[in-house]
Amino acid sequence: MPGLGTSFGRGGATVWLPDLENADCILIQGSNFAEAHPVAFRFVMKAKERGAVIIHVDPRFTRTSAVADLYAPIRSGTDIAFLGGIINFVLQNERYFREYVAAYTNAATIVGENFVDTEDLDGMFSGWNDETKSYDTSNWNFERNDDGTLRRDETLQHPRCVLNVLRRHFARYTPEMVERVCGTPQKEFLKIAELLARNSGSERTTAFAYAVGWTQHTTGVQFVRTAAILQLLLGNIGRPGGGIMALRGHANIQGATDVPTLYDLLPGYLPMPSALRDEGSLERYLARNTKATGWWANMPKYIISLLKAFYGDAATAENDFCYGYLPQLIGDHSVLPTTFAMKDGTVKGYFVIGQNPGASGQNAELVSSAMERLDWLVNIDFFDNETVSFWHREGADPTKIGTEVFFLPGATVLEKEGTMTQTSRVLQWHDKAIEPIGDSKSDLWYFYDLGKRLKALYADSQDPKDRPILDLAWEYDHEDERERAAGEPSALRVLRELNGFTVADGKQVAGFADLAADGSTACGCWIYSGVCPDETTNHARGRIADARSSPGWGWAWPANRRTLYNRASADPAGNPWSERKKYVWWDAQKREWTGYDVPDFPKAKDPATPARPGASGIDAHSGADPFIMNLDGRGQLFVAGALADAPMPAHYEPLQSVIENPLYAQQSNPLLREWKRDDNRYNRSVDPDYPYVLTTYRITEMSGIMTRYIPWLAELQPEAFCEIDPELAVEKGIANGSHVTISTALGEMEARALVSGRMQPLRIGKGQRVHQIGIPYNYGRMVGFARGDSPGDLIALSMDPNVSIHEAKSLTCSIRPGRRAARSAGSIEAPVPTEQQRAYGAGSAHGIDAGERR
Amino acid sequence: MATGFFTDATLCIGCKACEVACKQWNELPSDGFEFTGNSYDNTSQLSGTTWRHVDFVERESFDESGLKTSWSMVSDVCKHCTNAGCLEACPTGAIVRNEFGSVFVQPDICNGCGYCVVSCPFGVIDLIEAVGRGDDAKKYGLATLHDDRLNDRKTAVQATGGVAGKCSLCFDRQRVGMVPACAKACPTESIQFGEIEELHERAKRRVETLQERGVEARLYGADDIGGGIGALNAFFLLTESPEAYNLPVEPVLPSTRQTMGYAAAAAAALTLATIGWAIFRGDS
Repeated sequence: MPGLGTSFGRGGATVWLPDLENADCILIQGSNFAEAHPVAFRFVMKAKERGAVIIHVDPRFTRTSAVADLYAPIRSGTDIAFLGGIINFVLQNERYFREYVAAYTNAATIVGENFVDTEDLDGMFSGWNDETKSYDTSNWNFERNDDGTLRRDETLQHPRCVLNVLRRHFARYTPEMVERVCGTPQKEFLKIAELLARNSGSERTTAFAYAVGWTQHTTGVQFVRTAAILQLLLGNIGRPGGGIMALRGHANIQGATDVPTLYDLLPGYLPMPSALRDEGSLERYLARNTKATGWWANMPKYIISLLKAFYGDAATAENDFCYGYLPQLIGDHSVLPTTFAMKDGTVKGYFVIGQNPGASGQNAELVSSAMERLDWLVNIDFFDNETVSFWHREGADPTKIGTEVFFLPGATVLEKEGTMTQTSRVLQWHDKAIEPIGDSKSDLWYFYDLGKRLKALYADSQDPKDRPILDLAWEYDHEDERERAAGEPSALRVLRELNGFTVADGKQVAGFADLAADGSTACGCWIYSGVCPDETTNHARGRIADARSSPGWGWAWPANRRTLYNRASADPAGNPWSERKKYVWWDAQKREWTGYDVPDFPKAKDPATPARPGASGIDAHSGADPFIMNLDGRGQLFVAGALADAPMPAHYEPLQSVIENPLYAQQSNPLLREWKRDDNRYNRSVDPDYPYVLTTYRITEMSGIMTRYIPWLAELQPEAFCEIDPELAVEKGIANGSHVTISTALGEMEARALVSGRMQPLRIGKGQRVHQIGIPYNYGRMVGFARGDSPGDLIALSMDPNVSIHEAKSLTCSIRPGRRAARSAGSIEAPVPTEQQRAYGAGSAHGIDAGERR
Repeated sequence: MATGFFTDATLCIGCKACEVACKQWNELPSDGFEFTGNSYDNTSQLSGTTWRHVDFVERESFDESGLKTSWSMVSDVCKHCTNAGCLEACPTGAIVRNEFGSVFVQPDICNGCGYCVVSCPFGVIDLIEAVGRGDDAKKYGLATLHDDRLNDRKTAVQATGGVAGKCSLCFDRQRVGMVPACAKACPTESIQFGEIEELHERAKRRVETLQERGVEARLYGADDIGGGIGALNAFFLLTESPEAYNLPVEPVLPSTRQTMGYAAAAAAALTLATIGWAIFRGDS
């Protein structure tokens, strides 16, 4: 989550869920909180009961809107314009929290002379290289003093100080412009802006909550950045009832990025070595990634302890702790490019665990036809699903498909032990409740067993290339005799290794402060260090709640801090901003930080400590710099160089949009990645053939393959449907409950029409009326009680430049009454174009391309 | 001490966790997989095998600020009436009032006659013709799961071809000190379980709080609801008139009408007798 990471220092929600109860106002945008996170939503309801104002901004009026105090409609994909409008409102009317902004953000830092804003380049920033299609981000650097420190103007008068750069950048995001771009009536927009401003400051706080409605866009990272800028201006970060709650899409997604399943990260957000960045040796890797100031000065301790955890005794100072065993990146190996590589025959094998890309993947037919070309596919699941059964999907010819498919039974969460890291960074342990049915095994079992088999297979090898497998530390046998006999590894042993231990005596380390860069400690994930701080404690088991920050409930990384950057809940002198919003403060008597949470700051660092330029790590920061992970210890209103596409967010239209960008000549994100191929056709923007906005989501009753087989859930939402407004229904002759077909240049799907006044057309641009169509992403057509087509058949793959995420929330489509034609698939030898493909060819003749400038 | 439910519509987020938790605990099958097109409501109504049901009420209206959309939700359930029509109508004594003051169906005594079905003023109770998730499993070729707790109901259904079903207020859970499944599962405390008097107090405080905020809150069934039914052990807090939530405004206990019917018949008999007496008097 680099939107949060580049702004505040860590890629995680800044608050924890129960703290929402302390908010005076909650803005929910990019999330259908009540439907997608019903249990967590109890804290929003509690805040409401305590008098907080709940605001929901969304393309659809949902169950969240139903209980919110204020709902405002928005055209999908325009959140930068909306939030940018509020930033402009806050700056123009001097409604920002001046003292907070001056002390805790980089508002006073001066941007270099090379920086030229979108204002002057009609939607582009300076530094664009048309050949490489990328920015030279050094154009966005800050100005420095002779001693190398950042130049600042504490009076905030300098025309190039960040606050004034920001002021100018967002000046065109007026309420009129917001209405033109987003379709949100000015009156509603201004009401929301006023509510946010009024509920921020020393006495009050506003919290933001978002989910994948903000991330699955070609500009998703910048959506989150806009929210981060706004929350910094309003002074809501690090304070109770404030912050940004990043709601994750699934139960353990936070865990899956902390101990990542991502190709470009190692555990604890350490970058994966890359051949593209000259990181061929440990020395060069450390030189590139260790920062002089801020917390990342500690980088060597974390990577070397990680290598010790991976390779045990084999990792020594002499051999660079086996750094050379790590794979090095040679390109983008994220899921979307890999799918194309599979289709094109480069990738030969595929493990699919815990997801169903054959139905819920974007461009599901591309995924399925890519699987036809594999040598082997391994799928672990509870149920038969569209992925493992791709070879007999509608239209496929099984006789032509040679892929060997291994379908293995997985154990459910109740049938295995371990932790989940929930959406607010809290690790929660769960025991095994029942024995798995039949041959079902935990994921851990499968991987442990695979590792053991590989080790056995290579046991006699003398080839140096096999050393990484042979030297791998791989001892996780279960403490319990019966489990051990069944080959089940111990999840607790894994967690204890993630916590870290001293190599010499094997004793647990108490926290990441104990880790060393000399190979004397091993640690599987430094941010989890402290969860099992001694031989008998497992804090993730804790279930003691209290009225404040509940330190006894599970364990939050880092160091059990619930609200991150909580130094900012006190003023620069260390006193609470107000009695009402007291949280963490400086105890002048005891000379230490204290409060209701673990201080996210060196415990004994006096608030009056001056900054020490030239010192290393956080010693360079003053006692009033709350964002300890950042180089300058401050929240970043302007991000110099860490993101590929912009130092400040600018509104670009989605890749496939119904209008021309009203703000700039630049239509879409100039760095977005597209694959223009016959099996991945896009709608062109402003194409009269695809005049409606399409958005996708999930619903409370259904998740996917896990729920479609449960009769009690299937009866609640038994079939794929789409939500359309009554006006469009009349225009198209669509009766409520009837079948409709939705189509894009890529393909078509059918669904039952749910005509509802909850969907309303918006007035955008110069009075254009736009209809939005919503389709849930929960269904698949092959198996389960609840079935139906998935919008995965409509969405061509595209990708944002920062995190390789697809755009699935904001698209264009057309709709007609009636059912779709039979599907054709199975395109191994000679691809057979569908009717649809023939009709549309490589795309419509109308419309404009994403990268086009007018 | 009587126990019951206080269901607060203002806190309901329509997640249907109550429906699912109820079916899971009570081993009830699905009612089929049918898309209705009626808002997000595809289970439609309470039935012999759906003992909690969330109503969805969508409304659009215009006021000075333009179009206003509202979407109300509330979880409906058996009301466990003070004077219960089903209990009065049951000829076999299968429906009883248990020690928690709830109206309870004993499946092993029920003969499936269905008199209770037409006697419920709220249309709650219905006949079960299937017995458990095993039926879904068989229908779709999944492995069947067995549960001894189902045996009573199963035997009864097999003997009669149908047995009355409705909310038991989780009699089995209450007996071991557990909260009913729906109330336990509700994430927003829209469904509250407790002793009736305590719930009444909570509900009245809640109504006051909401009215102070300008919300038109009202209770449904906390006091005598009329029609001879008395108060309801499962009562509701609503913000609109009851029919908006598919609840009858003036429910009537069938036996109340019966009394009136008997009275009318008696009056008619008396009148006829008087006339007859008057006519035939002259002949004697």
